[in-house]
Amino acid sequence: MVQSKKPWVAWLYLAPAIVLLLVFTAWPIVNTIRMSLLEGYSTAGEIAGKTFEFGFGNFAKVIDYGQFKTCLTNTILLCVLTVPISTFLALLIAVCLNAIKPLQRLLQTIFFLPYVTNSIAIGMVFAAMFNIVGNLSGENPLIVTAGIINEFLALFGVAPVDWINATSTYTTNMIVMVVYIVWNALPFKILILLGGLQSVNKQYYDAAKVDGTSRVRVFTKITVPLLSPMLAYVVITGFIGGFKEYSSIVGIFGEDMGPVGAAGRLNTMVGFIYDALGNHQGRASAAALILFGIIFVVTLINLYVSKKKTHY
Amino acid sequence: MKVVLENVTKIFPPRNKREQEFMAVNNFTFTVPDGKLIGLLGPSGCGKSTTLYMISGLQKVSGGKIYFGDNDVTNLPAESRGVGLVFQNYALYPHLTVKQNILFPLQNLKGSEKLSKKEMLERAYQAAKLVQIDELMERKPNALSGGQQQRVAIARALVKMPGVLLLDEPLSNLDARLRLQTREEIRRIQKETGITTIFVTHDQEEAMSISDMIVVMRDGVIQQVGKPQEVYDNPTNLFVAKFLGTPPINVFDGEVKGGKLYIGDECVLDVAGVADQPVTVGIRPEGFIPCENNGAMTCNLTNLEIMGRDASVVATHAASLNPTVRAIIDGDCKIDAASATVRYNLKPHKVFLFSKLDEKRIVFAAQNNDDFMTAALKRKYSKF
Repeated sequence: MVQSKKPWVAWLYLAPAIVLLLVFTAWPIVNTIRMSLLEGYSTAGEIAGKTFEFGFGNFAKVIDYGQFKTCLTNTILLCVLTVPISTFLALLIAVCLNAIKPLQRLLQTIFFLPYVTNSIAIGMVFAAMFNIVGNLSGENPLIVTAGIINEFLALFGVAPVDWINATSTYTTNMIVMVVYIVWNALPFKILILLGGLQSVNKQYYDAAKVDGTSRVRVFTKITVPLLSPMLAYVVITGFIGGFKEYSSIVGIFGEDMGPVGAAGRLNTMVGFIYDALGNHQGRASAAALILFGIIFVVTLINLYVSKKKTHY
Repeated sequence: MKVVLENVTKIFPPRNKREQEFMAVNNFTFTVPDGKLIGLLGPSGCGKSTTLYMISGLQKVSGGKIYFGDNDVTNLPAESRGVGLVFQNYALYPHLTVKQNILFPLQNLKGSEKLSKKEMLERAYQAAKLVQIDELMERKPNALSGGQQQRVAIARALVKMPGVLLLDEPLSNLDARLRLQTREEIRRIQKETGITTIFVTHDQEEAMSISDMIVVMRDGVIQQVGKPQEVYDNPTNLFVAKFLGTPPINVFDGEVKGGKLYIGDECVLDVAGVADQPVTVGIRPEGFIPCENNGAMTCNLTNLEIMGRDASVVATHAASLNPTVRAIIDGDCKIDAASATVRYNLKPHKVFLFSKLDEKRIVFAAQNNDDFMTAALKRKYSKF
């Protein structure tokens, strides 16, 4: 090893990165832990010179809070529904894209477009697609436009469904969210899986062909195992992303996190943290740490499972 | 199973507008007899692998016919041909154990060919035993050495008992010692199973040492087909003569005048029956007899490499087309390493004349006659 005569020079080179990391990553983490462990902490109180006792009261408050359970349920439900669906669809699309030779580049670009589009903007477009304009209740219900999704369903004789408006149900809201999140998550997953597919040695397929392997068997016995590292990656990042779901709901339902008259029905963990951040920074910190703990455990489980199932 | 190729041609279309289409295999016709080991031999890019892949069905022919026995398989897809193929880098499935890899082709069998689990395992172990890897069955390919991987690949190709076994550069990924060992293994396995085997190589030594027959190719065209020794002893053209043999053949500019062969100013050999013309002369390294006083050909001695059993004399000659002239002579022959020149007589059957026009072989009288060597000469040459 080369021993530098001036070690401080190395530190100087590292300084910009280290300073940024300390200010924007290390300190916030430490501060979050500190705030979460001070009973009833609030920044305003601290500035006013109030002192806080050490304790776990913030955590207890958060867990007791009714809204917290809604947020946790919504978050977990969204994760459990969207990650498998989007991974499966992405795998299917990636395999198809990989098999198509003409226009492959163009199709890849099209499938990747949602990734580079602002998620609030996408949310607003989705909201418009599911939105029913008109007065739905009262004496003379009148639908001006039922939204493109309802128009499409009408082709199959399905009556207009209220997806996101005042009379919508939790189930229809969730369906909209799942469709939207899956659609939004696809491009990144497709990109990763397509990259994985293209790096698979073509000779495995030639060998399988010479041995008369059926397509289904090639897919399940060769493609999927060889893609397993990428699959593990998209599942893990999918879960992490799913637990941090927030802006997609804002995109469709606005900051009320729910349809008119049912504000907060679709709130998530991150939404809960934002809400608490206004006056109860201690509770917000506690909620953030709880979320961190959940993501940490889920990721550990993911890694444990993938270690058993993944071939590297 | 006999394999017949009839006017097989492969043309690759141009990849872009600037490129021309590429004729990889040109009008390839030959028959692989049942149960023989055939080596397709040629420099890289000569179309030998393409030929192999066309036999396997992984590549379509552009023209011509391929028969397995009496069946026309030209338009049969790879999966229906039932060939065993060993890839250059083995293509073992990395996520499966050796056993699973070998079982894989058997698990594909459908309908009446379907085997029970027990039969599959029996067959897999049989194949593994044949290539002597039955103790590695639970390992993953990345825990095996190159030679072991090679054996697994052969076992996987053999387990479905194919009519034809194809090997693409089977030894190129092995180190020198393992290569020698493995090529004998391949020979042994082929003899034991009696499967018609075609293998591709660019290494002439490899092809010569284990093949029943070699096919020498160049630029997609067959140059010569025959038993290895026949091809070595009777090359049809300069390319084949140059391609076979280590050390390679020595090549000179020469001229035939009045039935005599001249290299430089010296008359080196009697070549009765050849019309006067400039020729390219090929002399095998073992074709030189050192004669201190009355040798017909004089070379400038540069180096003497003594290898015990024999010696290699490195010299230069003004008419040589190679930088050096290398002769392999018996270790007993004493050559003065300090001497400036070395003089040789030539063995007529180790000297080949090639036309300057088309590089084709010109056979001279002494080579046409089986008894071209006198009894005395034969005795003299026998020690080489």
